[in-house]
Amino acid sequence: MNEARFKQNVAFTVLGALTLLIVIPILLVIVYVAINGAGAISWSFLTEAPRNGMKAGGIFPAIVGTILLVIGTMLFSLPLGVLSAIYLVEYASDNLFTRMIKLSVVNLSGIPSIVYGLFGFTAFVILLHFGTSILAGSLTLAIMSLPVIITASKEALESVPFAYREISFSLGATRWQTVRYCVLPYAIPGILTGTVLSLSRAAGETAPILFTVAAFYLPRLPRGAFDQVMALPYHLYVISTQVPNIPLSLSFATALVLIALVFLMNLVSIFLRAHYRKKRLW
Amino acid sequence: MVSEPVMQTFGLNCYFGSTHAVKNVSIEIAHNEILGIIGPANSGKTTFLRAINRLNYLQRSYSQTGEILLGGQDIRTINDNLLRKKIGIIFALPQVLPVTIFENVAYGPKVHGITGKETVSRIVEEALKKAYLWEEVKDRLQEPAVRLSGGQQQRLCIARTLAVEPEVILYDEPCSGLDPISTAKVEDAMQQLKADYTQILVTNNTKQASRVSERCAFFLMGELVEIGPTHDLFTKPQDTRTDDYITGRFG
Repeated sequence: MNEARFKQNVAFTVLGALTLLIVIPILLVIVYVAINGAGAISWSFLTEAPRNGMKAGGIFPAIVGTILLVIGTMLFSLPLGVLSAIYLVEYASDNLFTRMIKLSVVNLSGIPSIVYGLFGFTAFVILLHFGTSILAGSLTLAIMSLPVIITASKEALESVPFAYREISFSLGATRWQTVRYCVLPYAIPGILTGTVLSLSRAAGETAPILFTVAAFYLPRLPRGAFDQVMALPYHLYVISTQVPNIPLSLSFATALVLIALVFLMNLVSIFLRAHYRKKRLW
Repeated sequence: MVSEPVMQTFGLNCYFGSTHAVKNVSIEIAHNEILGIIGPANSGKTTFLRAINRLNYLQRSYSQTGEILLGGQDIRTINDNLLRKKIGIIFALPQVLPVTIFENVAYGPKVHGITGKETVSRIVEEALKKAYLWEEVKDRLQEPAVRLSGGQQQRLCIARTLAVEPEVILYDEPCSGLDPISTAKVEDAMQQLKADYTQILVTNNTKQASRVSERCAFFLMGELVEIGPTHDLFTKPQDTRTDDYITGRFG
């Protein structure tokens, strides 16, 4: 007995230590960025446009740009992704066509982000004449986000017990009523998780916005969907590598703001998830 | 033969992929009777039951031949949603939705476009009364339905079915997970519903079939072996296989 308990203790210790190992790099990154960047963060840094060849001033236009891009991405990718997932799980029969769609979704998630950037550039910027604009950038990021949103939504829908659908159909509900009342409400937490993960990635991507929307230096706010914007990840790249003699603390401060923005999005999704979980009465 | 059958099946064959689950079954079901269907596992009873309201078609591999008539009309000409409104089903395990007791019963009226708080409340109350559950839940309608006991949940399922005002109610081994007292309450509810509804009861419990049903059918390996008045089927079965089953020699 004692030997068994000893083995169990060893196993728990090892597993616990390994779990801790996952947390360490995340903490290190955040702490390192915070220590080096916190000093440069001030109210004017958050609310002013860059000045003096980006060596001074703030990053306000880039913050606004990233927020606009995330919102634009969500507007395109969330409905398209969730509706596709609903079609694939609830409506489509298993045939060559749907298998091709599913395979495409999987393959889409494996494409390097710079390829999305080039595609967005040729398709939206040139072919559709959107120019380098928020619209073109949002569409490019939306296509990049779709596979994760579709996959997460599919899994969330599939995890809703089949019995709920059976009850609904047996009472004479249509397929859409069944999806609307008996499936979707219980899949929303899972869909939210996937969406926020995907949008967080979109917020931090540089390559897809490089040719489609990001402005090197544009110290004003955009005037519409066809205007360019600065964006945090691209701005970070620019001040870290393209402009000489910029204090390192500015780069770290910009990174810190980007991390905080993503963290905020995750926080919102946690609250939304908790809210929707409460609707399922166990 | 029954006079004025409310439902008839003619040469019904049901298949799941290449599995032939129900073989050439022709049955007539009379108005306001309780028809028992007994038989061992895998005898096709449940498949037959779920063919009646086309619920089998939720499985992609399912196919079927033969005819099923409801009030003389081929059910293939009736819209699935309307058909399932007319023919309700109670599943083997109590299946409640993860919402309140009230919302469970109100779900059917909602999908059939009945609105108006008072109308819905009245329908819910009537359905719960008919299912013998009202007295037990009238003060806790806003509680989660999952907090009810198994027997109460099964009667809630009956109430939920009644709320869409069906003509026929199918029961798929409704008491297989219930204790004897809960079973008795469900059986009481069935007896009370006889006045207004035609009921078909699939059960593994031959004693239940003999207690509740007026006519009884015996299924074996997808075939309808014998059908007749319950008393006759249990006292002087025509087929030796029926005799073997009800006397407990197999199954």
